Amino acid sequence: MSEKVLTLLGTKKGTFILSSDAARRDWALSGPFCETWPINHVIADPATGTIYAGGGNEWFGPAVWASRDHGATWTHSSKGLSYAEGKEPITAVWSLAAAHGRLYAGVSPAGLFVSEDGGETWTEIEGLQQHPTRSQWSPGGAGLILHSLVPHPTDDKQIWVGISAVGVFHTADGGQTWETRNTGTRCDFLPEDQRYPEFGQCVHCVVMAPGPEGRLYQQNHCGMYRSDDGGRTWQSIEAGLPSSFGFPAAVHPRDPDTLYLVPLNGDTAGRYMPEAQAAAWRTSDGGATWSAKRDGLPQQNAFFNVLRQALAVDALQSAGVYFGTGSGEVYASADEGETWSCIARHLPSISSVETLVVPG
Amino acid sequence: MTATGDQDRVKVRVAPVLARLFAEVPAIVELQAATVKDLIDALEHRWPGMRDRICDSRPAIRRHMNVFVGGRRANLTTPLQPGTDVYIITAISGG
Repeated sequence: MSEKVLTLLGTKKGTFILSSDAARRDWALSGPFCETWPINHVIADPATGTIYAGGGNEWFGPAVWASRDHGATWTHSSKGLSYAEGKEPITAVWSLAAAHGRLYAGVSPAGLFVSEDGGETWTEIEGLQQHPTRSQWSPGGAGLILHSLVPHPTDDKQIWVGISAVGVFHTADGGQTWETRNTGTRCDFLPEDQRYPEFGQCVHCVVMAPGPEGRLYQQNHCGMYRSDDGGRTWQSIEAGLPSSFGFPAAVHPRDPDTLYLVPLNGDTAGRYMPEAQAAAWRTSDGGATWSAKRDGLPQQNAFFNVLRQALAVDALQSAGVYFGTGSGEVYASADEGETWSCIARHLPSISSVETLVVPG
Repeated sequence: MTATGDQDRVKVRVAPVLARLFAEVPAIVELQAATVKDLIDALEHRWPGMRDRICDSRPAIRRHMNVFVGGRRANLTTPLQPGTDVYIITAISGG
């Protein structure tokens, strides 16, 4: 059976979709969708094929858009996607995850919501706001945003979340109670004797590797990490990378030891490609060693960034790897990162990249 | 909302960028409402979800939305007189 790949793009000015056959050589662009709202994250629920886009508009506030026909038509809703009267209102949806028949949304100011009806209505998972550290959460550069959402693939009670400048939290009871999961991650921006606090770490992206081990990887403002115990402890795997700073991470769809990153040159150095030469970095041994993959990527004047949700893989046999830039280009590899080509350019600033493989 | 003569109603013009988020919003919506809050409740009843686009959870009219009543910028408690013209429009915003 032939297959089609959809590459889903959240941008500052709407949702776009790139589509190709399984060869992934020729791509067709459609969009912008979602009335050109700023869209922070677009995902597909592989169980239903529904595409969801979360964002927020300066005029109209936060909403989650849904398309059940691969982008042809869209609806939106934010019913229940609000805090209680008197609290600081939600400005935008920052992250989405579909699992166990539910749809989760992370928002700004940081909070977690769940929908049991495909995004029509939402309920806050209030336990996160009741964490004893809540009054001490401080926003990062992009605000107090809950941007990483990792539901456990088989246990519907377990979720990890990442909140910028606050850290990683885990629940094992469906969100009623939460624990910090930051041991071993570093805060280079604090005095030397305070660099490993319980919380306050600037997590940028948390992803889970495939397989029963449930390995987690984390790109942090201050380093790259791996956890083999559900985030209870983290080990640095940044040796061999050009920088300890970057935003996204993406794991191979079948190999938990293979991870892709797009490090930037540093948090105070401009936040663009190291030496202005673009590369995706790949490890095939769980972070012990790294290699730069540059074939086909611009090797001069690459002053772009890649944001926290703008790197993805697809599920095909030779895994595709994709990243979108702050300057509106999408680069793709159909051979697990060995060679690259630009498959879209001149788009608005890209916030997120995800994929969906559907029957062609 | 009960049926009344036209003179008992306010005339609401919804900005096209807001109207197109919902189905079949006419150029002028005629409603009976005593305050701006009542008016937005009536819009919500007719087009579910519209309240969230105009108001946030404080509750208040969103920072970058404006409701003008009789030519003056209003808030949720602003009273409406029958026959008043109401404009719901977007403020300058974005980049």
